[in-house]
Amino acid sequence: MARYLASSGRSQFSDPRASFRLTLIIVSLLVLWPMLKLTQFEPWLLFNFENLEVIGNFLIQFFPPNHDEGFLWIVAGATIETLAIATAGVALAILIAVPLGLIISHSLSISRIGPGSDYLFSRLIRFSARFLMLVLRGIPEIVWALLLVRVFGLGPTAGVLAIAITYSGMLSKVYSEILESGNTLPSRALLVSGSGRIAAFLYGLLPSTAQELASYTIYRWECAIRASVVTGFVGAGGLGQLMDQSMKMLNGGEVSTILMVFFLLVLLADHLSLLIRKQLT
Amino acid sequence: MGFSVQNVSFKHANGANALKSISFEVKSGECIAIIGASGSGKTTLLNLLATSLKPTTGLIEHDGFNPWLVSKKALKKLRSIIGTVHQSPPIPSQQRVVTAILAGRLGKWPLWKSVVSLIYPMDTLGPYTCLERLQLADRLFDRCDSLSGGQLQRVGVARVLYQAPQLILADEPVSAMDPVLSDLVIRELVDESTSRNATLIASLHAVDIALRWFPRIIGIKNGEIAFDLSAVHVTENMLKELYASETGSLPTQS
Repeated sequence: MARYLASSGRSQFSDPRASFRLTLIIVSLLVLWPMLKLTQFEPWLLFNFENLEVIGNFLIQFFPPNHDEGFLWIVAGATIETLAIATAGVALAILIAVPLGLIISHSLSISRIGPGSDYLFSRLIRFSARFLMLVLRGIPEIVWALLLVRVFGLGPTAGVLAIAITYSGMLSKVYSEILESGNTLPSRALLVSGSGRIAAFLYGLLPSTAQELASYTIYRWECAIRASVVTGFVGAGGLGQLMDQSMKMLNGGEVSTILMVFFLLVLLADHLSLLIRKQLT
Repeated sequence: MGFSVQNVSFKHANGANALKSISFEVKSGECIAIIGASGSGKTTLLNLLATSLKPTTGLIEHDGFNPWLVSKKALKKLRSIIGTVHQSPPIPSQQRVVTAILAGRLGKWPLWKSVVSLIYPMDTLGPYTCLERLQLADRLFDRCDSLSGGQLQRVGVARVLYQAPQLILADEPVSAMDPVLSDLVIRELVDESTSRNATLIASLHAVDIALRWFPRIIGIKNGEIAFDLSAVHVTENMLKELYASETGSLPTQS
């Protein structure tokens, strides 16, 4: 090898994957360009003087934020309702997502070792569970909310159920992927020693994946708070319904108060996530 | 637990032939050392015996029956009486030593016991006794990422001691330990085997440990059995041929 280098005058080895990677980058750029054209991606228009003036006039309506005592009490009540909707929705979603995620993830599959005699049967079960997961999260929550408002009437129930249904699909997908991507050697060793699936998860996978599972769940809770705004637009209660009313009355001050509450809630979720991650190291 | 290996071959998913037509028989209670160069197929053989891998061709019978043809329940029961000591212990680093050792009996415990023991260890005397035998008792409640490599290997051995299996498969159990400690650990494994009439199969890199502690030695080279003899019949020449591709001297621990 040294002789080869000396004779060809090269001082480096050529990377065998270099041409493939270059092709990949060029193809990605070629695909990206028409997409930008299609969506009329022209952010520089934002900085035209006329457009800036329009934006300015629009934003001025939001100041000052409404701080009437009566309104603030209403916002407080709606915030608690939103928090309740989000928490109840995510709690229900977790109840469904945890067993579903454990079933789907193939790092807890006993018949996969070998493979065993009932491998085909367990693949079928895994496939059906995957399909269920797709159905649950495939339909956006606002569609579920519209449907459920017709069944349960206006109010928080429709919002909670809409969030529970879609989020169980999302949570189970990410749970199963986190469980598959972590270090699966401990759980595999336990399964080969005759352990059951749940015990192998608790002793083999949970210690290393607990942080990620927790932080993703809290992030989804934060998303549920925002989702309850959307569901609130269709009458499912909480801050969403309040914001819908304020926007229809063109009351910018009230809207900005509500938006500030949102910001604070997101901040709260952030801190909660930090706290829990620290506890789980 | 006795077993018989009959013309077993194993081919990896990437096409590499790890084992070619291996055959040997083991009676219950035997202590066997498997030696060979790196990459000769020792770990693959142990994984096949542990039912972690399925033979591509051939048959392995544990106590007379084929584990890949029995029901799920019977396979689970069989697996719970086979204990494997891994070269690099598969223990999550955030776990505590006591939980890591208790995990050895998950195959035998009902689910509620496993869940409770995760939160509050129901049996601390058992793990303590196992650690004491390996001179690591003072680390019972420490986290596994605060241990050195050799200490972690001992936790892996302690887990198998706690499991009290009928077949102990040890894959390079002392690779990270100093000579004194590795003597201690191998002695504990052999004692465990003789006291409960459990079969012990250990793959070792260090030839001197194998010859000192094990009455029967199987040498593997390039996926085939080079020799299968009692330790007194193993000559220097046989060992040299086994490690022929490596540097001139034989690998020893001390």
